[in-house]
Amino acid sequence: MEGVYALCVGILTTCGFFLVLRARTFTVVIGLTLISYAVNLFLFASGRLKLDGAAVLGQSAEYADPLPQALVLTAIVIGFAMTAFVVILAMRSRADLGNDHVDGQVPEDVIAQQTKVSASDKRNG
Amino acid sequence: MQHLPILPILLPMLVAVLMLLPPFTNSINRQRLFAVSAMIILIITSALLLLTSHEQGTQIYILGGWQPPFGIALVADRLSTLMVLLTSVLGLGAQLYACAGEDKEGMYFHPLFMFQIMGVNGAFLTGDIFNLFVFFEVLLIASYALLIHGGGKQKTKANVHYVILNLIGSSIFLFALGILYGTIGSLNIEDMANKVPLLGEHQQALAKAGGLLLLVVFGLKAALLPLHFWLPKTYAAASAPVAALFAIMTKVGIYSILRVHMTIFGEDAGALASIAVPWLWPLAFLTIIMGAIGVLASPSLRLTAANLVIVSVGTLLLAIAMQREAATSAALYYMIHTTLVTGALFMIADLISKQRGKAEDRFVIARKMNHEKLIGIAFFIAALTVVGMPPFSGFIGKILILQAAEGMTEIVWVWPAVLLAGLACLVAISRAGTTIFWRSTGESTSAESISPLKIIAIALLLSASPLLVVFGDPVTDYTNLTAAQLHDRTPANEFTHTGGDQ
Repeated sequence: MEGVYALCVGILTTCGFFLVLRARTFTVVIGLTLISYAVNLFLFASGRLKLDGAAVLGQSAEYADPLPQALVLTAIVIGFAMTAFVVILAMRSRADLGNDHVDGQVPEDVIAQQTKVSASDKRNG
Repeated sequence: MQHLPILPILLPMLVAVLMLLPPFTNSINRQRLFAVSAMIILIITSALLLLTSHEQGTQIYILGGWQPPFGIALVADRLSTLMVLLTSVLGLGAQLYACAGEDKEGMYFHPLFMFQIMGVNGAFLTGDIFNLFVFFEVLLIASYALLIHGGGKQKTKANVHYVILNLIGSSIFLFALGILYGTIGSLNIEDMANKVPLLGEHQQALAKAGGLLLLVVFGLKAALLPLHFWLPKTYAAASAPVAALFAIMTKVGIYSILRVHMTIFGEDAGALASIAVPWLWPLAFLTIIMGAIGVLASPSLRLTAANLVIVSVGTLLLAIAMQREAATSAALYYMIHTTLVTGALFMIADLISKQRGKAEDRFVIARKMNHEKLIGIAFFIAALTVVGMPPFSGFIGKILILQAAEGMTEIVWVWPAVLLAGLACLVAISRAGTTIFWRSTGESTSAESISPLKIIAIALLLSASPLLVVFGDPVTDYTNLTAAQLHDRTPANEFTHTGGDQ
C-alpha cells in the first residue's frame, strides 16, 4: 500500500512541477492544482497509513492519528481558495495583457516560429 | 488582561469584517476614520503586550483551552511582541499615506489592509508551525489582492509572478510540514525543539530534509539569493502604501528563519544543530552582492528602494548566520530601522514620481518639482539612513553588526560585504539625488500639491531614524534581552511542561 501511495504522490508532484514550468498560465494553473493534490495526499500520509482505524478514541481497538486529517482539511480549503484566485488572476492577465504567457508577453522567437509554421500550413493546405 | 496576546489578531480581523458592512462600506471617509483609529488602538495594544511580556515574562495564550502541544498556543515573547509593534507602526504610516487618495483607486483597500495586518501579526504570535502556515496564507491572499489594487498592466504582470511563486512556496511549506510531523510527531515549535535532539538516526535525514525545505520557503518570502528575483518588480509595481507595508513581508520570512532554525534546529538540536547555517553564510553574502549590483543598476527610485530591501535582507541574514547573541541583537536593531525607513523611502519615491510628470521617478532630467525643499529634506534623511551614515540609525545598526563579527574567522567576509554594499548604495543614492533634485530644468508647471496626510505618514516613519539613535540605549538593551531569550532555551523549556495549567 505504501509503495503505491508514494508512487502516486511522486507522479502527481512531478507532473505538477513539469506543468508549472510551462510558459502559459493555463498549464501553470493545472500544475498548481496537481501539486496541491499531491500535497494533500502527502500530508494525509504523514500520520501513517492505517486500515480500519477510527480517528476518534474508543471507537475501535486501533485508532488513526486525527491530526493529519485536520491538517489536510485546512490545506484543502486554503488550496481551493488559492486556486480560485489564480484562475481569476490568469483571466485578468489574459484580458489586461492580451496574451496568456506568464511573462505577459510572448517572446519574439516564439512568435517568429509560430508565424513560420502558420505560413507553411497555408502553403501546404 | 488575560486575552491581551490574541488582540493584535482579533482586532484587525473584526475591524476588517465591520468595514465590509453597510455603515462603512459605502463611505470611504468613514472607513478611513475607523481604520486609522483602529490602527492607533492596535499600536497601543501591541505596546501594552510588549511591556507585559517584557516585565512578566513570555505570555502563553492557549486557544480554546486545548493543552499544548496538542492545541495551538500563541506565544508572545520579546521577539514576537517587538515584531507586532513594528508591524502596527509601519501599518499606521502606510495607512495614513493611503488615506490621501490611493485607497480610492480600487475597492476594499482598508479591509484588505486590515486582513494583511492580521495575517502578519498572527504569523509573529503563533507558537504552532501549522498555524504559521495558515497565517502565511492569510497574509498572502490579502497581499495578492493589495498588490493588484488600482489595476494596470504592470501590476497584473507582477502579480501573476508573485502569486504563482508563492503558491508553489505554500505547497513546499506543506510538504515540509508533512515530513516534520511524520518524523518529529509534533507541530508545536517548543515541543519540536525538545524532540529534535531525541530523533533516531534513520529519521534525522528526513527531518533535515524537512528543515531545509522550510528554509527554501522562508528564503522565498525573505528574498534570499536564488529566490529573490520576484521582489524588485513586485515592489516597484505596487502602489506606494502597499509597497511600504510589504517592507514587513520580507521580515516575516526572516522572523520565521529565526524561529525555526534557531529554536527547532538551533544549537541544542544534537545531530541536526544549525543545519541552515552552512547554507545561510554564502547565500546571505551573495544576496548582499546581488542587491548592491541591483541598486547600482536601477533606473528608477522605486527599483532602487526595492533592491535596497534585498541588501538589507542579506545583511540581516548574515547577522543571523553568525549565531551569536550580539549578532542577533544587532540584527533585530537593524530590522526595526530598515523596515520603517524602507517604507518611508517607497512613499518618498511615490511623491517624487507624482511631481515630475512623465519622467516619474526615473533618473532622467526633468522639470523642477513643486515642493522640492520638503521632498528633498525627507529624501536626504531617508538616504543617509539607508546608506548607513551618521548620525542616523542605519549607521548604528551597521556598526553593531560589524562589531558582532569581531573575533570570528568569517569577519573577512562580513566586513567587506557590508561595507562595500554600503558604498554601492551611497554611490547609487547620491546619483539618484543629484539627478532628481539638482539636474532639473525649467520651472515647475505641475500644480500637484502634497496632502498633509502623506507628509505626516512619511514624517512618522522617518522619525524612527533619529529616535532609534536618541533612544539607542533602551532599544539595544531590549534587543539584547530578546537575543538572550532566543539563544537561551531553558526558560522556554519550562512552559511546555507547565503550560497546560490554564
